[in-house]
Amino acid sequence: MESISVKARKIFDFYVDGFKNMTVGRKLWAIIFIKVIILFFVFKLFFFPNLLKENYDNDDDRARAVATELTSR
Amino acid sequence: MEDLIQVVDWSRLQFALTAIVHWLFVPLTIGISLIVAVMETIYYRTKSEKWLKTTKFWMTLFAINFAIGVATGIILEFEFGTNWSNYSWFVGDIFGAPLAIEGLLAFFMEATFFAVMFFGWKKVSAGFHLTSTWLVAIGVSLSALWILIANAWMQYPVGMEFDPDQMRNVMSDFIAVATSPVAINKFFHAVTSGWVLAAVFVIGVSCIIAAKGKNMQMAKDSVKVAGWIGLIGMIFTMWTGDGSAVEVARVQPMKLAAMEGLYRGEIGQELIGFGIVDEKERDVKCKIAIPKGLSILANHDANSFVPGIDDLIDGIALTPQGDTLNTVSYAKRIEIGKAAQQALRDYEAARKAGDEAALANALERIKANYPFFGYGYFNSPEDAVPPVALTFYSFHIMVIAGGYLLLFLIVALFIVYKKPTWFDTRLARWIGILSIPVVWICSEAGWIVAEVGRQPWTIQDILPVQAAVSAVAAESVQLTFWLFAIVFAALIAAEISIMVNEVKKGTNREITE
Repeated sequence: MESISVKARKIFDFYVDGFKNMTVGRKLWAIIFIKVIILFFVFKLFFFPNLLKENYDNDDDRARAVATELTSR
Repeated sequence: MEDLIQVVDWSRLQFALTAIVHWLFVPLTIGISLIVAVMETIYYRTKSEKWLKTTKFWMTLFAINFAIGVATGIILEFEFGTNWSNYSWFVGDIFGAPLAIEGLLAFFMEATFFAVMFFGWKKVSAGFHLTSTWLVAIGVSLSALWILIANAWMQYPVGMEFDPDQMRNVMSDFIAVATSPVAINKFFHAVTSGWVLAAVFVIGVSCIIAAKGKNMQMAKDSVKVAGWIGLIGMIFTMWTGDGSAVEVARVQPMKLAAMEGLYRGEIGQELIGFGIVDEKERDVKCKIAIPKGLSILANHDANSFVPGIDDLIDGIALTPQGDTLNTVSYAKRIEIGKAAQQALRDYEAARKAGDEAALANALERIKANYPFFGYGYFNSPEDAVPPVALTFYSFHIMVIAGGYLLLFLIVALFIVYKKPTWFDTRLARWIGILSIPVVWICSEAGWIVAEVGRQPWTIQDILPVQAAVSAVAAESVQLTFWLFAIVFAALIAAEISIMVNEVKKGTNREITE
């Protein structure tokens, strides 16, 4: 029986070898990486705050804020 | 008020742009993963090298599409939190639960089986590799299931109760949400239309490959697999499309009326195949129609009544014998919606005052009037009518393009089996290539029908767009719209450029393992 550490090592090597031997995949990973950076570290951080989470401390305050919005439009 | 309208318009436009771009990638991922799985199964059974190289070629295009498309759907969730905060709070766990399941499923699928599929050749057994490829194909479709369940709930809200303390709709029956007939139809319609889209893409690209002649056999084999999957997909798409029409007639009759530009319905209503909508005259001009077609499509009964926009507004229906039935008119719905909103205001006041009796009374009124809560935001019944021309044209483009694609798939199969020499002709090649944009137009038009046709609702009858949007500045939504437009344009350019490069490899040299 293989130990867990040997199995983990095999899985790790499987991924490392896979990434090393990629051809078009390298370009794709670069695109994914850049895209994720733009989405999460630019768009999400600077342009897409979760308004209710940021502006209110707890769920009850959020619920009351939504109630005010929905009964005043 | 002016600013609210601008926020609504820009938020809708931004959501539409994101959803349309997201949907450029999704159906191809769904369909091509199945095509690749079938190709690998043939390789597994025959052990033929030609099927191995064919599988690997399409697997690369699948990977390109997957990589460029991945995470474009996340942006929709960003928009919920910023532009649609009232909506995202109001839907509560009904939207959260399916999306959480989708996230978990996608994570496990991508981290494990996707890696085996691409890194595992010669490292894992052929059987395990094939299983992984199939699990990716199944996982991709299941991943779509949850988001489509959430979307179907917005079109037909079931299995929930409104809790005014939480100001949320709380899921009371998960099974009702997950097995809603709208959700089931929508899922199979979307997934099988993805098979059609990918099949047409594979056939079109195969035509390009065949032109150079170096991988002719691979091109023909690919057309055979894609042609059958596309044809089966098309039959299911038509079947589930019929099911969708019946469901729309039942739960969103206003959408059906807009799809057909129908203002006054009749017993034995005709189905318009082509026409020009005149919204001012409330009519469709220059039309070509099938007698009794819409009654058959909507109710599976040639002599049934299909209500038009004005019938629905007036709250009128007809029995097959021609007797008038009264339904709830839109004026009455507005009255009920305003009563529900007043009850909610009273509930909030009673809550602050700690008045238990007033609280119970308000709660009772909220529950009694809640089914038409959203109508309280309208000033006139016309506010509840979707954009008729856009819905009508999108529906007819979808149907006409769908009819063409059915013919295209049949002809492609006929040529590849019976007249293989025709495959090499310039005409066949151009028809194959030009059909690629047609299938995307068809698929996107279908979503435009589904989403524009249900306007002005984010949640049918309960929450219209003007109540669902956040109190944000229109300028900030406008700015992010243009930022997205730039990023999306770059992504689409990258996808096309990398794909074209890979396809060129398939045309310019013989693909070897």
